[in-house]
Amino acid sequence: MELVCPAGSLPALKSAVENGADAVYLGFRDGTNARNFPGLNFDPDEARQAVKYSHQRDVRVFLAINTYPRPSQWKKWCRAVDKAATLGIDALILADAGLMDYTARSYPDLRLHLSVQGSATNHEAIDYYVRHFGVRRVVLPRVLSLKQVQNVLTKVDAEVEVFGFGSLCVMVEGRCTLSSYVTGESPNSSGVCSPAKFVKWEESSSGRRSRLNGVLIDVYAPDESAGYPTLCKGRFEVGGNIYYAIEEPTSLNVLDILPELMRAGVAAIKLEGRQRSPAYVGQVTRILREAIDACTADPETFSPEVRWLEQLDKVAEGRTHTLGAYSRPWQ
Amino acid sequence: MKLSLGPIPYYWERERVIAYYNRIADAAVDIVYLGETVCSKRRALRLSDWLEIARRLTDAGKEVVLSTLTLIEAKSELSYMRSLVENSRYLVEANDMAAVNMLEGVAPFVIGPHVNVYNNRTLELMAHAGARRWVMPLELDHDSLVALQAGRPAGLETEVFVYGRLPLAFSARCFTARAHNLSKDDCGFRCADYPEGLFLRTREGKSFLNLNGIQILSGDTYNLVNEVGAMRALGVDILRLAPQLQGMLEIIEVFRRVMEGNLELSFADAILAMQQPDGFCDGYWHGTAGMHRAHAR
Repeated sequence: MELVCPAGSLPALKSAVENGADAVYLGFRDGTNARNFPGLNFDPDEARQAVKYSHQRDVRVFLAINTYPRPSQWKKWCRAVDKAATLGIDALILADAGLMDYTARSYPDLRLHLSVQGSATNHEAIDYYVRHFGVRRVVLPRVLSLKQVQNVLTKVDAEVEVFGFGSLCVMVEGRCTLSSYVTGESPNSSGVCSPAKFVKWEESSSGRRSRLNGVLIDVYAPDESAGYPTLCKGRFEVGGNIYYAIEEPTSLNVLDILPELMRAGVAAIKLEGRQRSPAYVGQVTRILREAIDACTADPETFSPEVRWLEQLDKVAEGRTHTLGAYSRPWQ
Repeated sequence: MKLSLGPIPYYWERERVIAYYNRIADAAVDIVYLGETVCSKRRALRLSDWLEIARRLTDAGKEVVLSTLTLIEAKSELSYMRSLVENSRYLVEANDMAAVNMLEGVAPFVIGPHVNVYNNRTLELMAHAGARRWVMPLELDHDSLVALQAGRPAGLETEVFVYGRLPLAFSARCFTARAHNLSKDDCGFRCADYPEGLFLRTREGKSFLNLNGIQILSGDTYNLVNEVGAMRALGVDILRLAPQLQGMLEIIEVFRRVMEGNLELSFADAILAMQQPDGFCDGYWHGTAGMHRAHAR
């Protein structure tokens, strides 16, 4: 089982490589990828350096062009594919069917992965991309139970990559427009969710308030630690109750079901977090490396070490973790 | 230009659904989309019930389309989708790529708003797979539609969602069950208690979102009644309204009269406002935040 790690910058990439990544994924510094945050990502020269650095250390490089171009953006997205094809990357991660068609016809030898943003949650949807574009790997959205992941694996003619640790998307990826409803910018359109430029913090007598484009996302008591106002992780009023109506701030962590994922034939575990620091990427990569190695050596007796879970919780959103949709009770 | 009624997003009891479509049979819509698009646990109506409603609507002169579920996770959901695909009588609306995969080369179909068609190349792929009609994704704007219409494959009809709460997101989790401290597997069908969804407000009491089982809708109602002329100029073939419990016949009537040029837009807006407890939005069409209302009142 391959460990695929996030690289939002060259230092983060080096940190992932030094701590045991089998592959890293990155994006260009623009809206063509789903982590289009200020100060992150790579221009083509930096990407070339990243590929050289990684390949010298036997680490594979995937490049994500995983937003959906509108007609006015189409040419720019195609140029991004053209650039990516010259870099010597090991796979291109795409979401848009049209762009996949362009890539498969222009660069038939370029290995294609279907991004989580492609929103394929079942073997029939995956089959469409495999048949038409020769997709070799799919990244599953974070909506399937463990049993459903196992079921997909028995039926698809492609490798399957699943998320193992990091921020938890509660909605099926690729079909969530909550962020553009509030800000005009969504993962599909702009490669961002709840973008920072729309965030405002206010101090008031009742506590600290976070707003996203004017919408009150949460209010924190003076002794409460405040989290980033991702709009699906705020506290709202439903039926007279105020609570985390959609999801608490928490991180996904699959260490508890690592042997099951391995036995099911999952090809790769992906870590979320191209927006996170090199230190974060290094720490999480090192723990997942240890866990995957231990699990590979002896899946029958594997159980996650307490120190791994403690260290991961320290850097987790809300300092806590969940199995998310892998576990039915969460649903 | 034709008028369509999209699938009912909420979980209504069987008798209510049948009575609703009995009234729709006499209403001024040309096309009716039928079926459960949100949650496969909602089985108040079986496929035979939907087909019976379809038959009555067809007899009343409506075109009927069977809509598929949007988020497909379980084997049983694929089996049900296949039975829709293999109905030999009605067009099917594909709301997931799984349906496109099943329908390709088998029967002509409609691309629903939850299959991501953001550019002309994807639109061509869908037409090539057998799409006869496509519904523009909800977050796309006027300028994108101009370009998409300019390069539209021959014979492909364009439909635009013009009225109703916007389906913004789908999840593995049931938010209605969560509101009652229940898990999805033990939901007790609490969503049936909320025929217009469960309102989610900010802590300042502002209307924001609407919880409908595993789906999240906008709190405000998307309203493009002021853009009907622009749609016609762009060659849009069909305008889609989303079903709601209150005032549906009046809403249909307003759009029909605006399409025929028999109702002033200011009156149209005022009549529509009487049917909505919360406000209107139209930001997506104008290329801005979906929740905004760009059109001046």
